Amino acid sequence: MIYEGKKRIWSEYQKDIPDDHWYYVRSCIRQNFFPASERMFTEITRNVLGKDLYETPHHTTCGGIAYHCDTLPQETAMTIVARQFALMTEAGYENYVPSCITSFGNYAEILETWEEFPELEAKIRENLWKACRREFQKPKYLAHSSDLIFHWRDAIAAKAKHLLVNPHTGAPLRIVEHIGCHYAKMFPSKGEGGAEYPYVLAGMIESWGGEVVDYPERRHCCGYGFRQYHVKANRGYSISNTYKKFESMEPYHPDAIITNCPGCPYFLDRWQYVIAEQTGKTYGENGFGIPVLTYEELAGLVLGYDPWNLGLQLHQVAVEPLLDKMGVDYDPDAKYLGVNREDIMRPELPKSIRCY
Amino acid sequence: MTDFGFSISKSATIDMDAVDMELYERVCRQVPSARICMSCGSCSASCVAAPYSGMSVRKVILALQRGKDVRTMLSNCMLCGKCSMACPRGVNTRNLILTVCRNL
Ligand code: SF4
Ligand code: SF4
Repeated sequence: MIYEGKKRIWSEYQKDIPDDHWYYVRSCIRQNFFPASERMFTEITRNVLGKDLYETPHHTTCGGIAYHCDTLPQETAMTIVARQFALMTEAGYENYVPSCITSFGNYAEILETWEEFPELEAKIRENLWKACRREFQKPKYLAHSSDLIFHWRDAIAAKAKHLLVNPHTGAPLRIVEHIGCHYAKMFPSKGEGGAEYPYVLAGMIESWGGEVVDYPERRHCCGYGFRQYHVKANRGYSISNTYKKFESMEPYHPDAIITNCPGCPYFLDRWQYVIAEQTGKTYGENGFGIPVLTYEELAGLVLGYDPWNLGLQLHQVAVEPLLDKMGVDYDPDAKYLGVNREDIMRPELPKSIRCY
Repeated sequence: MTDFGFSISKSATIDMDAVDMELYERVCRQVPSARICMSCGSCSASCVAAPYSGMSVRKVILALQRGKDVRTMLSNCMLCGKCSMACPRGVNTRNLILTVCRNL
């Protein structure tokens, strides 16, 4: 592969992202899976970088999961989305930033559909008015929250406490980046770097001193695939996808994986335990797995936040090997302690994959 | 092992770096026309053994290129030679089959 050529192609797919004043909408599931990620995003945006980020407690699901699971028609999802846009309009914002990749894909798909079929947009406006007497403006700019962290990656690097470099050897850490399918595979022009060369996470890794791992199944789905995981009879497809990715990345010895989707970090993290149970195989060093982080968690580590305040103890795969490689200070005894070091018991640890 | 009620299917991807091409290369040296097969499948369509046994010269060539075992397929060939008449590329199929058998 000619890396210079690849870099040039990437550079042609840059988005012109507004620098401030964003209306933020959270994901339905991320706060359960990786509870500090969205909290970290608001912390970085507001307190570290001093930007204006607005959220409202009236926000609901975008309908994306139900739409992709075939349990509600697109017109219903469109009316739900129209209400979200009405909330943004009422709050006086024009730049819309969802935390969820499926929401991002859902919004992109709906805006594109309305562009092609204006009569459908008129109908949805009428539906919304009949349902809740609201009106809306379409966002001037739609970005995913990883686009914003990508946009501010150098500002974050300038405040970094720990780069993605092993302080003992000086070698850059080798990071696998995994992009959610709904980010750019449906509408390549909406993503940083398009569908084939998404640069959104690779850009963060490079800015923060790490080395991006290129491996054969880099663009393969994580295995979540709504209809695969949610139907138990299909779960074998889900884990087989994940297994395929791990087999493919294994020879490159990645130190960590980062993702920008709600489902990907969950499945790349949790399925490592199931793969270990079913095949006895682990992919990290010395019987550990490969730590899987969201980009907000990684940004938090880079900025020097305490790993246990980032919720890293909720990961299935132990993150300590990565923390050691980054030179992050942490208190191993505090991993499972609650607020004010209160004892809230310890989880049962698996035997098939090494954990702390 | 915990029973999760579902399991992993191995990937069907063929890692060409890991494939042993030795037999294919040896056969090609002895039957050079094997290299010009275009996988059209005329041989399999004309093969009298194919419908009953799965014999297919096209599959044999492909399997050799992927380092897979061809013994079972070849054991069903009757060496009638119909495939060599059907082949639009002039692959010497019957000779190819015999050569593979000799090299196994
Ligand atoms: S020679 Fe063998 S492969 Fe060819 S047509 Fe006859 S039985 Fe089929
Ligand atoms: S007919 Fe000839 S070219 Fe076609 S698949 Fe068979 S051997 Fe190959």
